Amino acid sequence: MLSPAEWAIVGLSLKVAAAAIILTLPIAFALAWLLARKRFYGRMLLDTLVHLPLVLPPVVTGWLLLLFFGAGGWGGRTLSALFGTTLMFRWTGAALAAGIMALPLMVRAIRLSLEAIDTRLETAARTLGASPVRAFATITLPLALPGIGAAVVLGFARSLGEFGATITFVSNVPDETRTLPLAIYTALQVPGAEASVTRLAIASVVLSLAALLVSEWLVRKGGRSHVL
Amino acid sequence: MSFDIDLSVPRGRRTVSVRIAPAAGITALFGPSGIGKTTVLDAVAGLVRPTSGHVRIGDVTLFDADAGIALPPEKRGCGYVFQDGRLFPHKSVRDNLLYGWNLAPEDRRFMDLGEATEFLGIGALLDRSVRHLSGGEAQRVAIGRALLSGPRALLMDEPLSSLDADRRDGILRVIERIRDDLALPILYVSHDRAEVDRLASQVVELS
Repeated sequence: MLSPAEWAIVGLSLKVAAAAIILTLPIAFALAWLLARKRFYGRMLLDTLVHLPLVLPPVVTGWLLLLFFGAGGWGGRTLSALFGTTLMFRWTGAALAAGIMALPLMVRAIRLSLEAIDTRLETAARTLGASPVRAFATITLPLALPGIGAAVVLGFARSLGEFGATITFVSNVPDETRTLPLAIYTALQVPGAEASVTRLAIASVVLSLAALLVSEWLVRKGGRSHVL
Repeated sequence: MSFDIDLSVPRGRRTVSVRIAPAAGITALFGPSGIGKTTVLDAVAGLVRPTSGHVRIGDVTLFDADAGIALPPEKRGCGYVFQDGRLFPHKSVRDNLLYGWNLAPEDRRFMDLGEATEFLGIGALLDRSVRHLSGGEAQRVAIGRALLSGPRALLMDEPLSSLDADRRDGILRVIERIRDDLALPILYVSHDRAEVDRLASQVVELS
């Protein structure tokens, strides 16, 4: 089985992925809603920007994060001045990198589910006495739940596998930014660590499969009230 | 209570104008498809914005261009029975029926769930999903949902169009009972002369 150090790597990976999703989900939902429902100046540009992490080499995304959040970057200086903190070499930075890499996938999944919702149902809710906010909360949001569930799992799986942007942005620091993919990569550089590589790889597969199963379960559980 | 409507509503490049004098019972909006009958209902419900005119139900003003009054749809109390039903697919029949009832001001509610289901003969459907209703059943639930929202008036957009002849008669009788027992003003859109002649006390022809 896994050694304590390897368990710690699994724990760190889960922590980073969970933080990435919690950070990204509200932003992804807001972006998906804007792109699905609103027509505004600069929509195409926003759409392109959201998809950028999907098409850029992850190393480039990591480098851009480094430029922005590094000691000399605008974001880095702001964080340092306001909160006296930094994302550099920290697991929070790894979470940010993972979240940004997951964002396009999550926006896509949520946007598809929002676009599939008949807006005339919200109109019907309005005529029955629901304010716009209530119509959103009682009609739109529940109908979008399967898409939100899919987004969470896709994003979570993507975050668990994040490598290029993470290692570029926050480096490969043991117990801080060395998540499963980075640990596997590191172990591969060490002669005689093949057993560790195998165990960590199996842990990766198990985690990803578990995420998939949970999503299926969530979608079915959420879907039950729709179907029956 | 009755409608008092005088509206000009933009629809594409045309303007639909309609004038409805106060009259009790059912006022039918009659005319060929595509003339803008649904647009008028949407304007009364507050879903599209007229360019001029007014909408009053009894002594309540829902819209008045000159006075700058335009209540949002949720404040209008227009029980809208849409042509395509628009039942909420993620809710049971019961929760569809109660959606508007739960939001209605207490003094506007005039029937409860039990009365509505008995009135419409849909008691057996309450725990079903709306996805598994026949056309006639769905239309009854849609009417019940509108009635339970405590409306000041009903707007019905060709409620019989998707039904076969047998079901039509059942829904027609329900509509007659709403007219006679509940004394709700009804604005009724149809392109079927026989239907209009049977139901309406006032016919407004759009052309």
